[in-house]
Amino acid sequence: MAVRAVVWRSSYQDSMVLMRVAGSLRALPGVREAAALMGTPANLELLAAAGLATPEAKGAGPGDLILAVDAATEAQAQAALEAARGLLEERRRVREAAGRALPRTLDSALRQLPDANLAMISVPGAYAKYEARRALRRGLHVFLFSDHVPLEAEIELKRLAVGRGLLCMGPDCGTAYLNGVGLGFANVVPPGRVGCVAASGTGLQAVASHLAGLGEGLSHGVGVGGRDLSAEVGGLMTTFALQALAGDPGTEAVVLISKPPAESVMPRLQAALDAVGKPVVVCCLGATRPARTTATWVTTLEDAAEAAAARLGDRPWAPRPFTDPAAVRDLLPALWSDRRPRGPGLLGLYTGGTLAHEAHLLLSPLLGPVASNLGGAAGASPHRILDLGADEFTIGRPHPMLDPEGRAARVREAGRSAEVGVLLVDLVLGRAAHEDPARALAAAIREAREAAARDGRALAVVASVVGTECDPQGLRGQAAALEAAGAAVLPSNAQAARFAALALRPDLEPGLLGGAP
Amino acid sequence: MSLERLLGQPLRVINLGLEVFALELEAAGITVVHVDWRPPAGDARTIELLARLEESDE
Repeated sequence: MAVRAVVWRSSYQDSMVLMRVAGSLRALPGVREAAALMGTPANLELLAAAGLATPEAKGAGPGDLILAVDAATEAQAQAALEAARGLLEERRRVREAAGRALPRTLDSALRQLPDANLAMISVPGAYAKYEARRALRRGLHVFLFSDHVPLEAEIELKRLAVGRGLLCMGPDCGTAYLNGVGLGFANVVPPGRVGCVAASGTGLQAVASHLAGLGEGLSHGVGVGGRDLSAEVGGLMTTFALQALAGDPGTEAVVLISKPPAESVMPRLQAALDAVGKPVVVCCLGATRPARTTATWVTTLEDAAEAAAARLGDRPWAPRPFTDPAAVRDLLPALWSDRRPRGPGLLGLYTGGTLAHEAHLLLSPLLGPVASNLGGAAGASPHRILDLGADEFTIGRPHPMLDPEGRAARVREAGRSAEVGVLLVDLVLGRAAHEDPARALAAAIREAREAAARDGRALAVVASVVGTECDPQGLRGQAAALEAAGAAVLPSNAQAARFAALALRPDLEPGLLGGAP
Repeated sequence: MSLERLLGQPLRVINLGLEVFALELEAAGITVVHVDWRPPAGDARTIELLARLEESDE
């Protein structure tokens, strides 16, 4: 065994580049573990935990790049470090060949692009506040992808933004659309007449993709970050964005997607919703519909898109458990007639946080208590939903939307467990996501089902895909890959959750499908 | 640059951080300048003081 590291002084690389380098190294012969990290204190702890903290690595500072490998032999370790050097130098050569002299600061970038109107900021959280503040003071709207930005900084930034008539989307904003252009992790959807305000991330992606499937597009999708409707932030950016969409001539209907607002924020939010003056759909997952409201309140992301499309088309609309009950009835007999024993539990393995939250809200009333890592009390339960994008799973690891292997390993593990009878998964497509996430997931589903079958057990796998045909990965091909692996692919996360419940509990059929046709 | 003016205007973007976001925007035909960003030297307190100093000069 050989643990080797090199440190490149004052050599910054962004985290996504480094994740890809580390991933390439792990695939090399003899390499057991590899890391490519900046030498921040948190990263040095991770290196130590992974057994990669050589004396060289321990001496690195936050501006230094560490490449570290654990390989079977000295020669393999050295070869891996050389490969890493080659990958990073290749990037530099490509950039230099393109003749790009990149600016080093926001101000020098502004000299190159004096009429810039938006700053996208995804620098490490400790520095994000300074860059965002500088951008706002220069009159730029801000898309703030960075997380780990303190709450006080968020409040300061949003006050500054609102005072200047600017958007501060985030922190921790994964997705937004401005003038129909997707920012961050965004699905390719047509421009259109629906304006969204969303905490951001997969909730907005799901609504935008469903709208596209219904023939509608987005005017704007303003991400506000997950804490905007907390008592502390007070809905500063949500109410500001609602006003902006109210005044935007290209927006004909407005959809709000969020977690339940803090009680103290509700009156202000209600007033802002009432003042929009256009059809409004509210999907505050887990919130109770207020007694008096002019908006259409819905309980799922799919319903948010359907209700908005219906209101634009001046059509009546009512929520329904399944868009195609006949197709669901066709799928169920094969599941129910399988006489092999089935584990008692449902396991949801999610890459999208909002999707995990939605599934949890839908499944708890159908199955009883469902344990999760989504916050809140979790009693003993055979059922469990995990958001694999949560901090505890992504420290020093790529988000599962970027790297599908972590979840794939858990899917395989579920196949070996006699406790799991139904596996529920999401798959999120779009720009910046993994180029073919279905491949790893489908292979793992196939293996899991085979492992269960070898033990004489049945394992049902239920999936849904967030995406469009125009996404780089292509919706139909990704869904077909999961189906070919034996998963039932439903048209939405909500329908997948309900179908998963039906797979475990045939007695739910009358409630969800209205009994026999 | 007020919000009313942004909505309806072509985006012109400065990207600080993950280069993939700049590449995605370029591929979509959006004008974007990517900043070769580096963490500033110094501890948190020094960085805060320097930022405040810069802002007081504006």
